[in-house]
Amino acid sequence: MNKQDLVAGIDIGSRSIELVLLQGDRIKDWAKVPTTFDPMAQCRHLMNGVRATKIVATGYGRKLFAETGQDNGVAAITEIQAYALGARYVYPEVRTVLDIGGQDTKVIHLTPVGRVLKFEMNDRCAAGTGKFLEFMATALQVPLESFGGFALKADKRIQINSMCTVFAESEATSLMARGETPANIAMGLHLAIVRRTLAMLGRVGGASPLLFAGGVAHNPCIKTLLEEDRKETVMVPEHPDIVGALGAALYGRKTL
Amino acid sequence: MSTPYDAMWEKLNLDLEAHAGLLEVLGKFYGDIYLSQDGRLKGMEYLDFVLSEIHGLRIQELQEAKKQGKKVIGAFCVFVPEELVLAADAVCIGLCAGAEIGTEAAEKILPRNTCALIKSFVGFKLAGLCPFIESCDMVVGETTCDGKKKAYEVFSEYAPLYVMEIPQMKNASDRVLWKSEVLRFKEQLETITGNKITAAKLKEAIALVNRRRRVLQRLNRLRAAVPTPISGRDVLLINQVGFYDDPIRFTQKIGELCDQLEERVKAGEGIVPKDTPRLMLSGCPMAVPNWKLPYIVESSGAVIVGEESCVGTRNTRDLVDESGETIEEMLDNLVDRYMQIDCAVFTPNKERLDNIVHMAEDLKVAGVIHYGLTFCQPYAAEAIKVEKTLQGAGIPMLAIETDYSMEDMEQLKTRVEAFVEMVS
Repeated sequence: MNKQDLVAGIDIGSRSIELVLLQGDRIKDWAKVPTTFDPMAQCRHLMNGVRATKIVATGYGRKLFAETGQDNGVAAITEIQAYALGARYVYPEVRTVLDIGGQDTKVIHLTPVGRVLKFEMNDRCAAGTGKFLEFMATALQVPLESFGGFALKADKRIQINSMCTVFAESEATSLMARGETPANIAMGLHLAIVRRTLAMLGRVGGASPLLFAGGVAHNPCIKTLLEEDRKETVMVPEHPDIVGALGAALYGRKTL
Repeated sequence: MSTPYDAMWEKLNLDLEAHAGLLEVLGKFYGDIYLSQDGRLKGMEYLDFVLSEIHGLRIQELQEAKKQGKKVIGAFCVFVPEELVLAADAVCIGLCAGAEIGTEAAEKILPRNTCALIKSFVGFKLAGLCPFIESCDMVVGETTCDGKKKAYEVFSEYAPLYVMEIPQMKNASDRVLWKSEVLRFKEQLETITGNKITAAKLKEAIALVNRRRRVLQRLNRLRAAVPTPISGRDVLLINQVGFYDDPIRFTQKIGELCDQLEERVKAGEGIVPKDTPRLMLSGCPMAVPNWKLPYIVESSGAVIVGEESCVGTRNTRDLVDESGETIEEMLDNLVDRYMQIDCAVFTPNKERLDNIVHMAEDLKVAGVIHYGLTFCQPYAAEAIKVEKTLQGAGIPMLAIETDYSMEDMEQLKTRVEAFVEMVS
């Protein structure tokens, strides 16, 4: 393989599409766009002008992209493998990867050499995912980007019982009607997500150290609550949402 | 579109319009999942034919048998001793339960949190879409789980139902109970058919059902070859058809198919390349046309080489001892054989764990996919034990819980593909 060869990894998720370009072992460039109603057009837009020797797709759109994609044959891998590979690149000691994305939560248990030992995904419902947070931020009229920081201002911990997006919203509404502060309600919603995430981590084994990736890893409240419970530092990469695309590109490099 | 069977279906009180829709969907589904496969064996044409005529020719045969005075007995479970049915000169058939049909109607008489299989057999009946059940003179239910047990109480208002009590432990007293149930069943069959079950007839029936089990055992031995000569989907289909088709014809046709497989194995030919990851399915039964998971698995770059299931080895692994001469000896042999079934309804059920590990090792699988129907408590509870046991043997397992709907297709694909990547 030529060291100058450019390898592209593209992660087509429900909320956003990320592209990572690898040159050798180095991330040469990356980009992120919203998925919109025409993900393939967004992919084309992202790939415009990119001359990669190899392209690997991951995420829900992987198959479609691989089938309708480029002429030089696009490979496809699952998000599980992509996050496993990407996480290990960012943090070689990682043993558990938590990825909370737009509609999925995944927990991946890795062997000491980085092979996937066991994984778990939420089934069907988007409870506890980015979508849940997005919905609740809107309900509390807080911008999504500052929702985690807003929740951290809470002065007490209240329990939100429902994980169903619709029921949780009515629970939040009735708490508001009872005079509970929005920050405390926001904290309660974050606690509910973390409770659910910890249960999944427990089922998979949840060995330390833990790397937290995916869009929701931007949320400082989730990270803080996870660290509080696990009594350890949770690794969050500088750009947690490109770990999947990075993993796809790394897979491409391996298979050149 | 009219068919030569319309009059027969009408007589059976099927909902003709809905039934035509069902056959159309089934045909398309079958085409996508089965006929699209590369390198299928010629012997599979028999199964394609049987499937295409599943509600046609086979039902006609049942009607003709009925005209000759034979009774048709339907069953939902491998615990129902088919040998006795055949010895009473009756026809034994499996019933419809593998599709999401009549759910709304079923949910009026059953709780929503009931497994898909139960909802489906009730749904098929309420929607008037199963010519098998409409042909039955008696439907045999059994107490293999609380869901079924309670469903049969309601179902008895719609079908001529008879319920057998299946023990849940394997102590001496349970064997006594089971033997008394077998005797009660024998008497019931004699009453309903008017035929006496003689030693000669029972001996013949035991031999016949054993022959069918043996041919399926042979099929399982042949498919164990590396590379496997037949897809898991096809073997599942064979196991499914085994419940519907005439046992003599079925045994003969599968024997011919096995001859072809043998040649393939000798020539080292496989349905997939020999480095394709080999997986085993374990868990809940899959009735026709429940092909969702096998299809996903085999279109994710893996091949299924074993089914630890009632529609699989649980139905074929154990034979009835054929040495019995008197009715009493033969009944004892039957009782012993059926008490070997390692259904998740038993407690404790260590045999199943041991059998799964042996099977996985014998078949040299890279992993096991545990298939549980949502709300099927016995198998859901055992999935955790199975995973631990397999882990101890160094075999990875993926637990899937799903139903007959297609709404989780994408989710399932991601999981199964990730599992295949993991074990590759």
